[in-house]
Amino acid sequence: MMNALPGQLINLFAVILLLLAFAMISQRRVLSLIRLFTLQGLALVAATVVVAYATRQPHLYLSAGITLVLKVFLIPWLLHRVIDRLGVRWDVETLINIPTTMLIGVVLVIFAFNLASPISQLSSTIARGTLGIALACVLLSFMMMITRSKAVPQVIGFLSMENGLFFAASAATYGMPMVVELGIALDVLVGILILGVFMFHIREQFDSLDIRHLEKLKEE
Amino acid sequence: MSLSSVACQVLEIVAALALAPLLSGWVNQCRAWLQNKSAPSLLQPYRALHKLFNKDSVLADRASSMLRASPYIVFGCMVLACAIIPTLSTELPLSAVADGIALVGLFALARVFISLAAMDVGTAFGTLGARREMLIGFLAEPALLMVLFTASLVSQSTSLTTIVETLAQRDLAIYPSLALAAVAFTIVSLAENARVPVDNPATHLELTMIHEALILEYSGRHLGLLEWAASLKLYAYSAIGLALFFPWGVARAASPFALLLALPVLVLKLAIVGFLLALLETLSAKMRIFRVPEFLATAFLLAVMAMLTRILLGS
Repeated sequence: MMNALPGQLINLFAVILLLLAFAMISQRRVLSLIRLFTLQGLALVAATVVVAYATRQPHLYLSAGITLVLKVFLIPWLLHRVIDRLGVRWDVETLINIPTTMLIGVVLVIFAFNLASPISQLSSTIARGTLGIALACVLLSFMMMITRSKAVPQVIGFLSMENGLFFAASAATYGMPMVVELGIALDVLVGILILGVFMFHIREQFDSLDIRHLEKLKEE
Repeated sequence: MSLSSVACQVLEIVAALALAPLLSGWVNQCRAWLQNKSAPSLLQPYRALHKLFNKDSVLADRASSMLRASPYIVFGCMVLACAIIPTLSTELPLSAVADGIALVGLFALARVFISLAAMDVGTAFGTLGARREMLIGFLAEPALLMVLFTASLVSQSTSLTTIVETLAQRDLAIYPSLALAAVAFTIVSLAENARVPVDNPATHLELTMIHEALILEYSGRHLGLLEWAASLKLYAYSAIGLALFFPWGVARAASPFALLLALPVLVLKLAIVGFLLALLETLSAKMRIFRVPEFLATAFLLAVMAMLTRILLGS
C-alpha cells in the first residue's frame, strides 16, 4: 500500500512535525524553543506545498506563503524581540519532569492515532493517514501549555497548536476556505501581539513571568 | 543444512572475531585524528590483546568461581550474537535458533554476568559500575526491542535473516518509520557500547566511569577476553545497524563470488560507521549520569513513534 512520491513526502513531513512537537516538549531553553517552532513552521510549509502540488489546488500555495511569512519569519522575530526585552533566556521550569512528560506524550499519540483512524477512513484525500499525526500534534502542544509554568513557552505552545490544526485542515480537507484561513492568520498575529503586551504587564505586576502568580485572586 | 551454508556461518564468525578489534582500532584512530592527536596504530587493539593473553591472571583471594567464569560467558554471548546477525550472507544455519528478541536476550545475559562478576569481590567501584550498567541496560533494552519490532513490522518476521532479505529487496521509498528507528538505534548503541555522551571509553580511573569500573578487577587473559568481547559488542551493534538500515550488499546465496563481493562491502560499510561514530564522539560532550535516563527515554520514545507511524501510515 505504498503510494507515490508525494504521498511519501507528506508522510515524512508529518512525522517531522510530530517529532518537532516532541522536541518542544522536552526542550528546556526558551531560545531553542523558538528555533524549534520556526522549524515546525518550515515543515508545515513544505507539507502544504507538497499537498498543493499533488492535488493541483492553487489556493494552498497561497496559504503556504502566508504560513511562511507569518510562522517562519514574523512570529519568531516578534518572539525574539519579546524575550530580548524581557530578558528571559533562563531555563524553562516544567511542572512535571521531562521523561514523565514524554511518556504521557506517547500515550497521547496512541490515543490520537486511535481516534483518527476511523475518521481518516471516511476521507479520500492523499494525506488522510496523517490526520492522526495532526491530532497528536494538537494534543502535544496542548500538554505543553499545561505543563509549563512560564508565559513565553505557553504562548509558543499555543502557536504550535495552531500549526497542528492547520496541518489537520490541509491533510484532511485540502485546506479551509481562503476567508477562514486569512482570518485565522490575522487572529494569530493579533493574538501574539496582545499576548506580548500581556507578558510585559504580568512582569510589571509580579516581577516574574510565572503565571502561577495569577492564581491568587486578592492582594495580600 | 548444506556444506556451503556451514562454510558461510564459519566465515562469518571468523570475520567477526578478526574484524572486531580492527573496528575498535579504526574508531580510536579516527577520533585521534579529529582531535588533532597523533593516532595509535590500527593494529594496537591486536597488540593489546596479544599482551594480555600472555600475562598471568591475578584474582582477588575472595573471588568466587563467578569471577572466573564470567569472561568466558560474556565472550561466548558476543560471539553467538555476531554469528546470528547476517553480515556477509543471509544463509546462516545458526540464525534459525535465535531471532531478534533472543538477540536482545543474549546481550542481557552478558550484562547480567558481567555485573554479577563486578559485584563479586565487593569493591566499591565494581558495585558502582554494576549498578550503573543495570540502570543503562534496563532503559536501553526496551528501546532496542522496539527498534527491532519496527523492522519486523516492515518485513513481517522477527528473524534477522528474513528482515535483511525483505529490506534489501524492497523498492526505494521513503520510510519515515525506519528513519526514526535508525535515530533511536544510534542512541541505544552509544549507551550500550559505553561511548561518549554516556560513558568515556578513554578513561581508566574516574568517578563517572561505567564500563571500566566493571572490569577493574580483571587482569591477564580474563581482561583480554572482556576487551575482545567489548569490541565484538561494538561490531555486533554496527552489524545490526547495517542489517536493519543499510542491508544492501549482503550475499543472498552462498555462492563464492557473492561472498567475495560481500566482504569488501562489509569492510567499507564498517569503516564509514566507525568514522561516523568517532565524529559523533568528538562533537558531543559527556553528559551527567542523571541525564542519561532522559537520553534513553528519548530513544525509547523515538522507537515507539517509529512503530506507531508504521502502523498508522503503513510506511
